[in-house]
Amino acid sequence: MSVAPPLSVRHLTVAYGERPAVWDVTWDAPTGLTAIVGPNGAGKSTLLKATLGLVPALSGEVRFFGRPLEEVRDRVGYLPQRASVDWDFPATALDVVCMARYPRMRWWGPVPKRHREAARAALAQVGMEGFAERQIGKLSGGQQQRVFLARALAQDADLVLMDEPFAAVDAATEQAIVTVLRDLVAKGRHVVAVHHDLGTVPDYFSNVLLINARVFAAGKVAEAFTPATIGATYGARLALLDQANVRAAEARAL
Amino acid sequence: MTIRDFLMLDLPPLLAALMAGATCGLLGSFLVLRRESLVGDALSHAVLPGIVLGFAITGARSGLPMLAGAMVAGLLAVVLISVVQRAARLDPGAAIGAIFTTFFAVGLVLMETTGARSVDLDLDCVLFGQLETLVWAQAEGLHSLVDPAALEGLPRQLGLLAGVGIVVAVVVAVLWRPLKLICFDPGYAAALGMPSRALEFGLALLVAAAAVAAFESVGSILVVAMLVCPAAALRLMTDRYGAQVLGGAALGAALGGVGYALAGPVPAALGLELSLNAAGVIGTLGGLMVAAAALVRAGVTRGRQGRAAVA
Repeated sequence: MSVAPPLSVRHLTVAYGERPAVWDVTWDAPTGLTAIVGPNGAGKSTLLKATLGLVPALSGEVRFFGRPLEEVRDRVGYLPQRASVDWDFPATALDVVCMARYPRMRWWGPVPKRHREAARAALAQVGMEGFAERQIGKLSGGQQQRVFLARALAQDADLVLMDEPFAAVDAATEQAIVTVLRDLVAKGRHVVAVHHDLGTVPDYFSNVLLINARVFAAGKVAEAFTPATIGATYGARLALLDQANVRAAEARAL
Repeated sequence: MTIRDFLMLDLPPLLAALMAGATCGLLGSFLVLRRESLVGDALSHAVLPGIVLGFAITGARSGLPMLAGAMVAGLLAVVLISVVQRAARLDPGAAIGAIFTTFFAVGLVLMETTGARSVDLDLDCVLFGQLETLVWAQAEGLHSLVDPAALEGLPRQLGLLAGVGIVVAVVVAVLWRPLKLICFDPGYAAALGMPSRALEFGLALLVAAAAVAAFESVGSILVVAMLVCPAAALRLMTDRYGAQVLGGAALGAALGGVGYALAGPVPAALGLELSLNAAGVIGTLGGLMVAAAALVRAGVTRGRQGRAAVA
C-alpha cells in the first residue's frame, strides 16, 4: 500500500463570477519542496486557498494525507500573502506568531508559557528573536514576511502551504526563508509554495506544478520544468516581463 | 441642586450614557481594526425597522421584543449587504450604503403606518436620543439607592443597557483570541479551523444589540460616534491590542459621561441658562477626542523626528 500524498486534489474547479480561476485541476503534491508556478492571474493563490476551503470550490475533492481537511487540520500549516493583512494592527511579532497555537489553547486568558516558548523558538528559527516585542508595523517588509513564516512554523505542521513567501523580500530574508524550507524538508515535512520567480525555481524547489487555470505540467523540476512546458503555461498571455523571466529560466534549465 | 434632584433627574441619564458609551466603545475597536467602521453606522440605522416592529407588536417601548427585532433586522442587513456585494459585484461601500438607507427608510415608514410614532416612539427620540426623558421618580435621597422598592422605579432602559453591556463584555472576554484573529487575519483564522463566518455574524449581532441599547441615549444618527470615536482615538494612541480594546470601553464611558454632564448638569451648576442636546454634545466631543489624539500623535512624531535630526 502506498502512502497517501500530503495533498491530493481531484477535479477542482473554482470561479469568481463567470471566469474560472482554477479549471478541473487534478494533482497529487509530491513529498518535499514543491513550487506552484504560472503567470499572473493563473489561479495559483486561488488553488491554495480553495484546498483550505478559504474560497468556495464549484466542484472537486481535496485530501490531505488521504483525509478530509477537518480531520487533519493540525497537520496543515498556512502562510498567507503578506499583503493580505493590515500591518498597522496593534500587535507585537510574538503576538502574531502565538496565533499559530490558538487552536491548542483556551480562547481567553494569557497565552500559556509553553506556547509562548514555542513561538519564541519559531522566531529564532527565522532570525527574528530580537524583535519579539516589536510592534509589527515597525518591522521592514522582509522582517514581516519572516514573522509570517515563523507563525507557519509554530503550527508545527507536516505540510505547509505558502502563498508567495518570497514576494518583495530583501536578499537576507530570501536566504533565511530558503534555509528554513530546507530544514523543514530535512525533518520530513512538506512544503507547497506559490512562487512567482521562474529564475529561482530550480535552485529552491525539487518539484513543480505549472498552472494557468488548468494544469500544464507537474513533476520533478528536472523533468517538468522545461522551456516547452513553461512556454505552454505562459502561452498567449506572455507579457514582456514574463518573457524575460522565461528566457532566464530557459537559460538555466538548458 | 439637591441630592434628590440629582438622583431623580441626572443619575438615570448619566448611567445610561456611561453604559452605552462603555458598550459601544468596547465593540468599536473591532470595527475600526477590521476597517469596518461604516458597518457600525449601517447597523445602527438598519436596526430601526426591527425596533419599530418589536415595539408595534408588543406596544412597549423597552425590553426584549425591541432588542430581538433589532437583532433580526441587523443580521438581515449584514446578510443582505454580503449578498448584494457578491451578486451585484458592488464595492462594499455601495452595498452598505444601499442596504442601510433602505432599512432605515423602511423603519421610518413602518413608524408611521404601524402607529408606533403616535404613542411613545417618536422621531426625535429615534434620531437624536432622549437621555433627558429618563427620570427616577421614586428617588428621595441616598437611602433610595439601597431601597428595593425605589430601585424598581428606575427607568427600564437602564436594565436593557446593563443587560446588553454585560453580555457584550462576557462575549468579548470569552472570545478574546478568536476575535483578535478575525480582526487581524480572517483567512488564517479560517485556515486554523476557527468559525470565522459565525464569529463575524456574532460580532454584527453584538453591534446591533449595542446600537439598540445606545440609541435611547444618543439616537441612531450618533450611535456611530460612540462606536467609532473612542476606538479611532485609541488607534492613534496605542500599539497594544489589550489597551486598544479595553481602553475603548473606558474612553467610551468617559465620552458618554462627560458629554452628558457638559450638556446639562455642568452649565446648570454654574448657573448658566444653557441646556444642550446631550447627543449633540457627545457627538461633538467624540470628534474633538479624535482630533486631539491626532494632534498629540503628530506632535510626538514631529518631536521624534526633530530629535533624530539633531542626533
